[in-house]
Amino acid sequence: MIPTSYYLVLSAILFGLGVVAFIFKRNVITIFMSIELMLNAVNLAFVAFSRALGQLDGQVFVLFVIVVAAAEAAVGLGIVILIARNRQSLNVERVDLLKL
Amino acid sequence: MNAPLLVFFVLAALAVGGAVNLILQKHPIHSALSLIVVMVSLAGLYLLMGAEFVAAVQIIVYGGAIMVLFVFVIMLLNAGIEEHTNFSKLAGFAGIPLALAVTGFIAAAVARSNDAVLSVSQTGAVAPTKELSTLLFREFVYPFELTSFLILIAILGAIVLAQREHS
Repeated sequence: MIPTSYYLVLSAILFGLGVVAFIFKRNVITIFMSIELMLNAVNLAFVAFSRALGQLDGQVFVLFVIVVAAAEAAVGLGIVILIARNRQSLNVERVDLLKL
Repeated sequence: MNAPLLVFFVLAALAVGGAVNLILQKHPIHSALSLIVVMVSLAGLYLLMGAEFVAAVQIIVYGGAIMVLFVFVIMLLNAGIEEHTNFSKLAGFAGIPLALAVTGFIAAAVARSNDAVLSVSQTGAVAPTKELSTLLFREFVYPFELTSFLILIAILGAIVLAQREHS
């Protein structure tokens, strides 16, 4: 069968791709999606460890992570709508009030 | 090569391909669709590990609810192709090699570690949903109740943020 380390390496790769997308993208919605990608990568590691250790705690944590991600998506997309309304753009470089 | 390993590699390739496509696509709606590919293939991986309840929740909540919200907002705001302004040099020269280095370090640490847990094979035996719910409603009942409070606050926050101001 499949060793647990395969799942962990896949999780690391997906997390790294999420970080790259977070740095690389200029659109605030896409940046938000890359955060979701990173959360998904962590969930994969949680489930893999849960199955390897034979304990179900990891899967319960995954459920909590999904709930928090859903709440975060609702509030975050509300903020995105506000940004679009106030700046007429979704580019993060236009959101620079705190920049010197 | 046995069948589960083959399924694993197909699903892993789909997930990584979807994540790479998320980065390469210019239009946010294409990025959103490739993120759905990643989530569905992760649900397949959860099924392969025998975590059937988590797989179902992954498809219903992530692939369904959250991604519909994303696509809805993209269409509501009529988000077009990403405009490329002067790309931050710091992101290109420091950020991406750093992210790749982090990935490489984690992968190398996992690959070289001889911890007993890592060599345990995923048998694919189904995790009983009944035990999962017992754990959730007995041991984790306070965090579970707190999440309902969190969701209430998130609903209020989303409504307050997105409503039009009355002058």
